[in-house]
Amino acid sequence: MSNLEILLNQSLAIIASTSSLTALEQLRVSLLGKKGDITQQLKQLGTLPAEQRKSVGESINRVKETLQMAISEREQSLKELELNLKLAAESIDITLPARNYFKGGLHPVTQTLQRIEQLFAQIGFSVAEGPEVENDYHNFEALNIPQSHPARAMHDTFYFSEHLLLRTHTSPVQIRVMENQKPPIRIIAPGRVYRCDLDATHSPMFHQVEGLWVDKDVSFTHLKGILIDFLHRFFEREDLSVRFRASYFPFTEPSAEADIQCVICNGSGCKVCKNTGWLEVLGCGMVHPNVFKSVDIDNEIYTGYAFGMGVERLAMLRYQVNDLRLFFENDLRFLRQFN
Amino acid sequence: MKCSVAWLQEWIKSPFDIKTIAEQLTMAGLEIEAIEPVAATFNQVVIGEVLEVERHPNAEKLNVCKVNIGETSPLQIVCGASNVRVGMKAPVALIGAQIGELKIKQAKLRGVESFGMLCSAQELGLVESAEGLLELPQNAPIGQNIREYLQLEDSVFEINITPNRGDCLSVQGIAREIAVLTRSDWISPEIKTAQTTISDMLNVELINSNACPHYVGRIIRNINPQATTPLWIQEKLRRSGLRTLHPVVDITNYVLLELGQPMHAFDLEKLNGGIRIRNALKNEKITLLNGQTVDLDENTLVIADEKQPQALAGVMGGAASAVDKQTTHIFLESAFFLPTLFAGTARRYGLQTDSSQRFERGVDPALQIKAIERATALILAVCGGEVAPLIQAIEPDYLPERPTLYLRVERLKQLLGVEIPVSEATRILRDLEMDIQIKTSGWQVVPPTFRFDIHLEADLIEEIARIYGYEKINGETAKYPLQIKTPHQNLQRLQTILIQRGYQEAITYSFVDPNIEKLLYPERNPLALANPISSDLAVMRTSLWTGLLSALKYNLNRQQSDIKLFETGLRFENGEQLAQIPTLAGIATGRALPEQWGSASRAIDFFDVKGDVESLVSNLTFVRTTHSALHSGQSAALMCGEQPVGVMGALHPKIAQAFDLTGQIYLFELNLNALLRNKVPTFVALSKFPSLRRDVAVVVSQQIDSIDVLETVRRNAGEWLVDLSLFDVYQGKGVPDGKKSLAMGLTFQAFSRNLTDADIDAALAQVLVALEQNVQAVLRT
Repeated sequence: MSNLEILLNQSLAIIASTSSLTALEQLRVSLLGKKGDITQQLKQLGTLPAEQRKSVGESINRVKETLQMAISEREQSLKELELNLKLAAESIDITLPARNYFKGGLHPVTQTLQRIEQLFAQIGFSVAEGPEVENDYHNFEALNIPQSHPARAMHDTFYFSEHLLLRTHTSPVQIRVMENQKPPIRIIAPGRVYRCDLDATHSPMFHQVEGLWVDKDVSFTHLKGILIDFLHRFFEREDLSVRFRASYFPFTEPSAEADIQCVICNGSGCKVCKNTGWLEVLGCGMVHPNVFKSVDIDNEIYTGYAFGMGVERLAMLRYQVNDLRLFFENDLRFLRQFN
Repeated sequence: MKCSVAWLQEWIKSPFDIKTIAEQLTMAGLEIEAIEPVAATFNQVVIGEVLEVERHPNAEKLNVCKVNIGETSPLQIVCGASNVRVGMKAPVALIGAQIGELKIKQAKLRGVESFGMLCSAQELGLVESAEGLLELPQNAPIGQNIREYLQLEDSVFEINITPNRGDCLSVQGIAREIAVLTRSDWISPEIKTAQTTISDMLNVELINSNACPHYVGRIIRNINPQATTPLWIQEKLRRSGLRTLHPVVDITNYVLLELGQPMHAFDLEKLNGGIRIRNALKNEKITLLNGQTVDLDENTLVIADEKQPQALAGVMGGAASAVDKQTTHIFLESAFFLPTLFAGTARRYGLQTDSSQRFERGVDPALQIKAIERATALILAVCGGEVAPLIQAIEPDYLPERPTLYLRVERLKQLLGVEIPVSEATRILRDLEMDIQIKTSGWQVVPPTFRFDIHLEADLIEEIARIYGYEKINGETAKYPLQIKTPHQNLQRLQTILIQRGYQEAITYSFVDPNIEKLLYPERNPLALANPISSDLAVMRTSLWTGLLSALKYNLNRQQSDIKLFETGLRFENGEQLAQIPTLAGIATGRALPEQWGSASRAIDFFDVKGDVESLVSNLTFVRTTHSALHSGQSAALMCGEQPVGVMGALHPKIAQAFDLTGQIYLFELNLNALLRNKVPTFVALSKFPSLRRDVAVVVSQQIDSIDVLETVRRNAGEWLVDLSLFDVYQGKGVPDGKKSLAMGLTFQAFSRNLTDADIDAALAQVLVALEQNVQAVLRT
């Protein structure tokens, strides 16, 4: 074995065992640097007879290239090793809790209102609003509930004076819209309403959404169609049974109440539906001729339907809240459940 | 209205199924809210006669009785009821009887054997509460099963009668509905004109015939004051929720339930001369049957004699002429009062009675004679007596007219959207007892006298639809023409911002405690409710803070310490004109960030909440202000240009103390209308040249507001200033007492060229001169 081969083999062994980039650099300098062993050998080529120079020179250069390659490979692997060590040292506890901000949320009643608004917006209903301190005319008279009407007893009204009151339903918005707009009319009116009643199932303030559609050829079948559709989407159940019962409201004729199959027991009977299997969810009907008369819309040309629903009632069913009063206590532990 | 199902069945020719009929009535508008059994579930309870009553040797309140139940030897039963006495008949639960959960066993009570139990009406589930044993009539057959004797295999319908269907506040009315729905016939008990045996008359004068166009009366003399109400009447009354009082009163109540005609019986001896139906006079009073004395107003109709009012017409009789155990001669009354004129009377006096309920909703104007004949016959049968002729006063002009209506086939279809066959519609109208004539394109209809709720074509359409069945009218969803609408989402955007900043939405009552209002806003005059539900919900809020403070307190009391709440809604400013102002308000207290390992804990301060407010509206200016509810040094009016849009600040310590609140509490309130304007951004071209930043620190007096320093910089730095930030406020070492150092970063950029140091130096020099002049600022070196 020539000296060159011995040097090569020894050097390759050392390179392979070098464990730091600094040592590797020192080794490179000692072999391939200006004063390195290989460089020295190349410098001494001139001392060799001319016929040997070429072949010896080629051998030395081959060894040089091999060593350069080995050093570079070793350098790569050492760098990788170093990076891995660095990464390992930088490891953190990713299970620590995140840096947090307080999270807020919408009241479940507002969420329910928005859901109702969104569903009706899809079929072209716009939102209308009206005052909460209302006059007797808009809350009662124009809705075909004159002073002597027994239906006034159904509305335990809060009064400020003889003619000024807190609206007992969102229906006065119907009147205000029809006073200012000619058909076709397609609105919903969400908002707070007030009745002088307070117990486990009644709150003196609650929310309603009123709907009104007035156009040519609007009939009871359309009313049924839209409300069944709405209830299916609202409760996200295509198979939910809905029934319409004859009922009475002074401002609609014919009037109906819509019941859904109890969403708690699926109609088999439970406490929530009082064992009837049905839950009353909204009132509706065809706009009464006297209401049209009071807003000067020709009922021979136009017909319309109106409906009204209690938002808390729908929220209670959707979220399975069992006590109406929880909605107005504003207990954060309650409110945060809906975030 | 409560009504026995067996009673209804008496009126219907063919037998019906309870569940089916309940469903049919509900669907047709008479909602059956409950079907209750008329008694508890029990067995082996028989009629017994008490033979002996002896004091229990070891217990003061107990008696040892011997009770005959028709067996060879009487039973020994220990009884605690106070009304037990020899000779009475009462229900006896035998050994082995099951009454609800209770099993009757042979038992020793304080050492004495007892072989059964004497029962009260409550124990048998006949009434909610009852004292003592259920006393049965003397002719009750000993040993008979009580269920059989009282006919307890019956249920009660609890029916929700809507205000338009006053005609259904009677067995007759409901039976008529059942007959239509089941297409069977109804049968009325036979009512004959009574044979008169005396000729006594009483003068009846219709003074306000406008309110009472029809009045019928009759004298009945020599009734038996010892008569008792027969069991079958007692039971029917009980099943409708009425108590047994006096046979005559019970019979008038029975007729009210049966036919729907409220009636009254006066003790004839206690009347002073003839009857006058008139309005009350000024300062007149009446003491009513319930013992209450009311001051009458001149709009109230009374039934008076020649001296004084004897009844509040249609509501309640007076105590002075009431029938009692001594009464032998009576005057029976059956009248028609106009609902429109009667309405409100009962409510005005706070007296809702079975009678007033019916007159308010309407009584059949053709029913008065039939009812008085029915009552006469029953009184004769129960109490005996001599019957005088009917006295009738009538003013036909004021009686309701039966309208003649016209129903068009075309309109029926237009409103319902379906075609109901003409023959079907005709059948329904006939079944509803309408007088009809078929015309070329519809029907001419005269509704029966008892359907005073039907005035319009639409009313007839409803009648046809509900009997035809709403369920047979299909829903149609085809008619959804689409329309482009401006999205309504401004409010939702504001809500989302607050939610992301940690606020939870609250919904508080719009009416609040006047004391809290006064505390927060002593100068305001909130709109007061005339009939508040309670004294702490008596005025309309003039600010949303009233409710939010209460909600905050509620949560603090429940161990919540980090609270951020907001609410949107109307507030009510009661000036010369009432303003209902859409408002957004918030309240915050506790830590700025949730407790966590990576950030130091810090309490929320003014500037956190200021940031919340600024995130809602850009370009707000905060102007020092004073506010009755806020800390005088930490309150700001919020201005959008010249327009005030709200207020924010720290809760005044005095108010915090009054609320018993500790810790800093911050509040804001904004006018929503000012916030809900859609703002469309306008594009500004971007510079292609680099920007340069210089930091400057100046020392100013502590009294100087930072906004004045920043505004001076902004106004004097020239057109190249594109950004200005205040990044440090410092007081302490190196800054003289009473002064503060403000460090600002100024970023300059030109649109069309590179800026040089010389450009910036010149701009800064101008800034420093202006700062010195305006706010006496000194460059900090």
